[in-house]
Amino acid sequence: MSLIEFQNVSFVDGDKAILKNISVNIEKGDFISIVGPSGGGKSTFLKLCSHLISPTNGNVVFKGKNYTEYSPMELRKSIAYCFQTPYLFGDTVLENINFPFSIRNEKLDQERVIDIFSMFHMSIDYLDKNTQNLSGGEKQRIALIRSLLFMPEVLLLDEVTSALDAENAKIVENVIASLNGEGVTVLWITHNLEQSRKYANKLLTIEAGEVKSLEVLK
Amino acid sequence: MSGSNPIDISSLLIASSLVLITLIFSYWQKLKLEKEVLISVIRAVIQLVAVGYVLEYVFGFENPLFTTLLLLFMIFNAAYNAAKRGKTIRIGFAISLLAIAAGAIVTLAILIFSGAIKYEPYQVIPIGGMIISNAMIALGLCYKQISSDFKSRREEVETKLSLGADILPSSIGIIRDSIKTGMMPTIDSAKTLGIVSLPGMMTGLILAGTPPLEAIKYQIMVTFMMMSTTSIASFIACYLSYKSFFNSRKQLISIE
Ligand SMILES: Nc1ncnc2c1ncn2[C@@H]1O[C@H](COP(=O)(O)OP(=O)(O)OP(=O)(O)O)[C@@H](O)[C@H]1O
Ligand SMILES: [Mg+2]
Repeated sequence: MSLIEFQNVSFVDGDKAILKNISVNIEKGDFISIVGPSGGGKSTFLKLCSHLISPTNGNVVFKGKNYTEYSPMELRKSIAYCFQTPYLFGDTVLENINFPFSIRNEKLDQERVIDIFSMFHMSIDYLDKNTQNLSGGEKQRIALIRSLLFMPEVLLLDEVTSALDAENAKIVENVIASLNGEGVTVLWITHNLEQSRKYANKLLTIEAGEVKSLEVLK
Repeated sequence: MSGSNPIDISSLLIASSLVLITLIFSYWQKLKLEKEVLISVIRAVIQLVAVGYVLEYVFGFENPLFTTLLLLFMIFNAAYNAAKRGKTIRIGFAISLLAIAAGAIVTLAILIFSGAIKYEPYQVIPIGGMIISNAMIALGLCYKQISSDFKSRREEVETKLSLGADILPSSIGIIRDSIKTGMMPTIDSAKTLGIVSLPGMMTGLILAGTPPLEAIKYQIMVTFMMMSTTSIASFIACYLSYKSFFNSRKQLISIE
């Protein structure tokens, strides 16, 4: 049984077909790089995975059951999604870090927070910083930390390293590769061809709303 | 209220020559407003005279049932108008009705039980009208704000949803801002009372001969009741209407 299955999925917005009849199987532990030209429908594909939108036709299936049989909130807690342009809310970084705890009615777990900041080579002094004073790269890393405070089963990443310099991109890539090593399934959109092949075991090409190919790399 | 000096018809007629100034000015400056000015003047006179007769008639009715029916009629109308501002909101009329009714009833009840006013048409109807129209304006502002926020703050809402949050924590920032927007004019006008404006009600009482210190008591009461009504109505309307921006799968729906 695949972890996530797209069964003849189409997504139409108004009269524009954005994704057309997509069928893909994603297995547990996969590290899939998603590539393809701009506007091809990659981000829309991830939005369907995170259940922020529903298919116009066809089914998305998680562990053998249709998405519609799960509570949307449970689904999104298992399937984390980092946006192409990270959005930090509120005034301080702390508000963002506290949010995943507060929606679970939990108190902030300091050890976990210290741990995960060090994984990303960031000081926890960031917690008090104003979100407006952060660089694009810092915002992206905070957004990643926010999604990873509670370990998801699937991690959806939309060009998360595009705002990072080489050094920081490397740090993020290493964290993601090690999460994948621990069994987290990763779907990652990238424009960087070298990056796309380095960690991934499959390469999914989406072009003009269709799956062009699903190539097995290793 | 004592010492009010009635305006006689002849002085009213002389005062109406003031309209001529507007007409002459419009003609001279080619504003092309003559027709509109005339229509608005005639409408104002007819509407006010009609309302005068209606009020005279209504105030004569001592039956509290009739007063209640009239209040309900005003609430229905206000809800209908407010709902027109929130076309994107599901069951906007029902929400507006509940919000305005709750705001008006709670405020009126406090005023009546505290003895500030009596449940008599000549007190309840004008005060009810003031409260209800204020609530209606507040709701219009709330709906406008909440609709535009759900459009412009999609990213924020979807980010929170994607973290596994329910729709309320995902929308709470928008809800709070919309409630604030609904209450802002009332708070602003309270801040400038007496400095920028002498409100209509107080002016009216003073003109009618009420001593200013007495008129102030009324104005303070009116200011407080406007605040309580707008806060209750805005709160209810925003907390009930945010759900219409999501579908049953807790996805933000796109609004044009
Ligand atoms: N909410 C939306 N409403 C209408 N059209 C949309 C919406 N989101 C995306 N689109 C359209 O769908 C198509 C696919 O968009 P998508 O963002 O999925 O592409 P992408 O492959 O991620 O592109 P990029 O590499 O530039 O990020 C585009 O033509 C886009 O204009
Ligand atoms: Mg994209």
